[in-house]
Amino acid sequence: MPVTRRNFLKLSGATAAGAFLGGTSFLTGCKPLPDKLKGTKESSTICPYCGVGCGLIVSARNGKVVNIEGDPEHPINKGSLCAKGAALYQIASNPIKRRLDKVQYRRPGGTQWEEISWEKAFEMMAERIKDARDKTFIEKENNVTVNRTAGIVGLGGAALDNEECYVWSKFARLIGLTYLEHQARI
Amino acid sequence: MTNHWIDIRNADVVFIIGSNAAENHPISFKYVQEAKDRGGKMINVDPRFTKTSSLADVYAPIRPGTDIAFMSGIINYALQNDLIQKEYVVEYTNAAYLINPAYKFNDGIFSGYDSGKKTYAKDTWTYQLDDKGIPKKDKSLKDPNCVYQLMKKHFERYTFEKVNAITGCPVESFKKVAELYCSTHKPDKVATIMYAMGATQHTIGVQNIRTYSILQMLMGNMGLAGGGINALRGESNVQGSTDHALLWHIIPGYLGAPLASKDVNFEAYIKNNTPKTNDPMSMNWWQHKPKYLVSMLKAWFGENAKKENDFCYDLLPKAHKPVPYMTMFEDMYKGQHKGAIFMGTNPIVGGPNSNLILKAIEKLDWMICADLWETDTSVFWKRPGANTASIKTEVFLLPMVSSVEKEGSVSNSGRWAQWRYKAQQGPGNSISDLDLIDELFLKIKEMYEHDVKAGKKVALPDPITKANWSYRHAGEHEADPHMVAKEINGYYVGKDGKRGKQMENFLKLAADGSTACGCWIYSGSYTEEGNMMARRGLKDASNKIGMYPEWSWTWPVNRRIIYNRAAVNRKGEPWDPKRWVVKWTGSAWKGDIVDGGATAGPDQKNPFIMNPEGVARLFAPSLADGPFPEHFEPLETVARNLMNSRQLNPAVSVLDTMKSTIGSTARFPYIGTSYRVVEHWQAGAMTRNLPWLTELVPDMFCEISLSLAKAKGIKNGDKVKISSARGEIDSYALVTDRVRPFKIDGKMVEMVGMIWHFGQGCAESGDSCNTLTPSVGDPNSSIPEFKAFLVNIQKA
Repeated sequence: MPVTRRNFLKLSGATAAGAFLGGTSFLTGCKPLPDKLKGTKESSTICPYCGVGCGLIVSARNGKVVNIEGDPEHPINKGSLCAKGAALYQIASNPIKRRLDKVQYRRPGGTQWEEISWEKAFEMMAERIKDARDKTFIEKENNVTVNRTAGIVGLGGAALDNEECYVWSKFARLIGLTYLEHQARI
Repeated sequence: MTNHWIDIRNADVVFIIGSNAAENHPISFKYVQEAKDRGGKMINVDPRFTKTSSLADVYAPIRPGTDIAFMSGIINYALQNDLIQKEYVVEYTNAAYLINPAYKFNDGIFSGYDSGKKTYAKDTWTYQLDDKGIPKKDKSLKDPNCVYQLMKKHFERYTFEKVNAITGCPVESFKKVAELYCSTHKPDKVATIMYAMGATQHTIGVQNIRTYSILQMLMGNMGLAGGGINALRGESNVQGSTDHALLWHIIPGYLGAPLASKDVNFEAYIKNNTPKTNDPMSMNWWQHKPKYLVSMLKAWFGENAKKENDFCYDLLPKAHKPVPYMTMFEDMYKGQHKGAIFMGTNPIVGGPNSNLILKAIEKLDWMICADLWETDTSVFWKRPGANTASIKTEVFLLPMVSSVEKEGSVSNSGRWAQWRYKAQQGPGNSISDLDLIDELFLKIKEMYEHDVKAGKKVALPDPITKANWSYRHAGEHEADPHMVAKEINGYYVGKDGKRGKQMENFLKLAADGSTACGCWIYSGSYTEEGNMMARRGLKDASNKIGMYPEWSWTWPVNRRIIYNRAAVNRKGEPWDPKRWVVKWTGSAWKGDIVDGGATAGPDQKNPFIMNPEGVARLFAPSLADGPFPEHFEPLETVARNLMNSRQLNPAVSVLDTMKSTIGSTARFPYIGTSYRVVEHWQAGAMTRNLPWLTELVPDMFCEISLSLAKAKGIKNGDKVKISSARGEIDSYALVTDRVRPFKIDGKMVEMVGMIWHFGQGCAESGDSCNTLTPSVGDPNSSIPEFKAFLVNIQKA
């Protein structure tokens, strides 16, 4: 039987049980730690940092990520990770609460953020985009139909998923943007 | 990458230049090490002695910005000593093609130069054609106008002495590199070239890469296992974001973005953008471009895209001029824009000459930032020293979920599109970028529909109201990434029985409106058989070279090594039988998915299917700054150009906002360059907010040599001030033997290396290196010259 990750874990579990007779290792005198992944749901992911595309296994308990480590089956990294990949857990666990959890708005000249709802934010953003489009749209230029929104720029997307990049690209062009750029240019 | 990460293990020589892969793509070194364990050797060329250098068999230092001189020296060495894979060069490159006798090169200038516009007319950079319109060739390579002879003449000027005087690399080190690399000219010996931003971020960046490509062609290393030209992508989906065209000059799948000056209507676009060939040996793959454009328009405008209305081509915006990153911020600075939408990006830290970017953003009426965190950019209005009350820009900061809190695919450097899953909900009210864009579009559409109904005057609503935009299942409030992935893959919309079925691949896309496909190169990624990007099969292919064709899905058509027809000779026999990629059995291809369709044999079609001539271009008539690479100095430089009487690349135009801030050695005597460390990532928001990583590298620092430290009275760990003509920053100094001065044209020159991850926001802050960098770029790619500029340094 080929040793897959699943049965490798089972095998190593069996070995551990053998080694820790009576719950205490006769080699070190230490009690075994409880399996921190017991009862978790695992899913695979790809590292969000560089372009190597390493695989990781994300373990969640009750819908909360409790562990992230290299995916030993992934043919590129085979379980290995660099310092950044290994720190992905802190993006999910958010230990110093730096992650954004609400929409924030800064009014012109404002000195601090104000919290607003998504409903309000979508309304305000759509109004501004539509207004800028209506005011700066060029339908014809030198007798050529150009249908261009001159007054809005779009930037970024290298950290987005493909599906998001595609709709972002489509969105920008449908709104009329030609000023659309991102990290690949720098 | 033409190849992929695992394939590095197949190389006899791994040549790493303009990249510190051991630090910035650490897992790649699993395969560099594996190549070494199999007897391979590694070459590293870099201005600093990096972690990559420490594992190199041969290390050669060069002054930043002198790759062309160094690599042209190797080209010259290969040509003079006949260390080339001749059969490959004759058959698969344009070495034998005859060039227009009116083509000239003199003192750094190619024929056709307009010194006022700083552009080239390319009408002499052409092939001589026979009466059938096919390029004339001299396969003996003796004709004085053949590319091979022109090359020999062009590169013979790059002697050992010149290389040494320009780059500062000792002749002995250079020779070692040239000998080891050129050992792969043998048909069954292969080198890979791995490069990154150290190569591209120059005013001669594209020609730097050209020198690598020319060498890989001369050695016969393209298309082979362990070969290729491999750009190491620095962001998890910067491959995919480029494929989906988040750039002004393209639309999805590398189709040209319509230009107001010439692509005035559908017919003109097709004519301007679809290359033709008379050569029966050429597949000229871009002849299919109309199919890809029409299928994209069907995906974007659905039933509204009809033959009678040119498939809604005119609803696409047409650009009035090139508007790359730096031009975007220059125009913003001039007050031309009202609003900006920033999707997970931090230009105040990541962009060049960042004080200018700051001033540009202050001129916006509004700015939308979608991110996981406050970035240096989204809080620019409360940065230290800012006059907050006077900054009128409205800011929306939107909470986004992270990569483990949503579902979708990312494409790695090797073009593997891999699917990710959702493991938890994001914090609080965070949503996905997909839901943000989806909801925003529907909201804007609703407003236009309302206004149109009410008879209000609005800008042309059609591109929005006639769009095909449907990413939610009935009754759902969130978009489904699978629905998007299916649209990207494409589906049949014609009247036959296949209507509604997913495309198998792009071979069946049509220009008559019977197929819809969002991005043709991804056609095949999500078929009737399901989501190919989610596959986890670990069976290797029959050639056993580590392609893992059942793991995820690779564009195009799950091909793992592109230009793989060049891996065999005209009989279809692998150049390297022990590491074969494809082979021809006489009636079929085995191994990787062969380029250009499985029916044509190796003697029927040329391998470089994306070029209309079907062969690789040693002489490249398509570039902005010349068909051959030529050394020029950076905009700000410590040296005079020893190759010709021009200093700066003559095709580079300097933007108005940059002209008054060009520094010289009188005030800024040292070379400045920038780079990254493994503990941080890009502009820093993704790492300066994580305690594990900020504990490892908590501060902005620079690296200087022992000799510069001594001259300036700086000790290791001292605070220093670094300045350029564009600003000044504080930093800590790391005094190290890893940085050494260069002897350039007889004179010692010092270098200040800086990390660029820091800025004035996030959990850990520090000054930003890009305060100092110039906003000037390559004339082809517009990538800024981050890697070579002038600075001064003093103890703080």
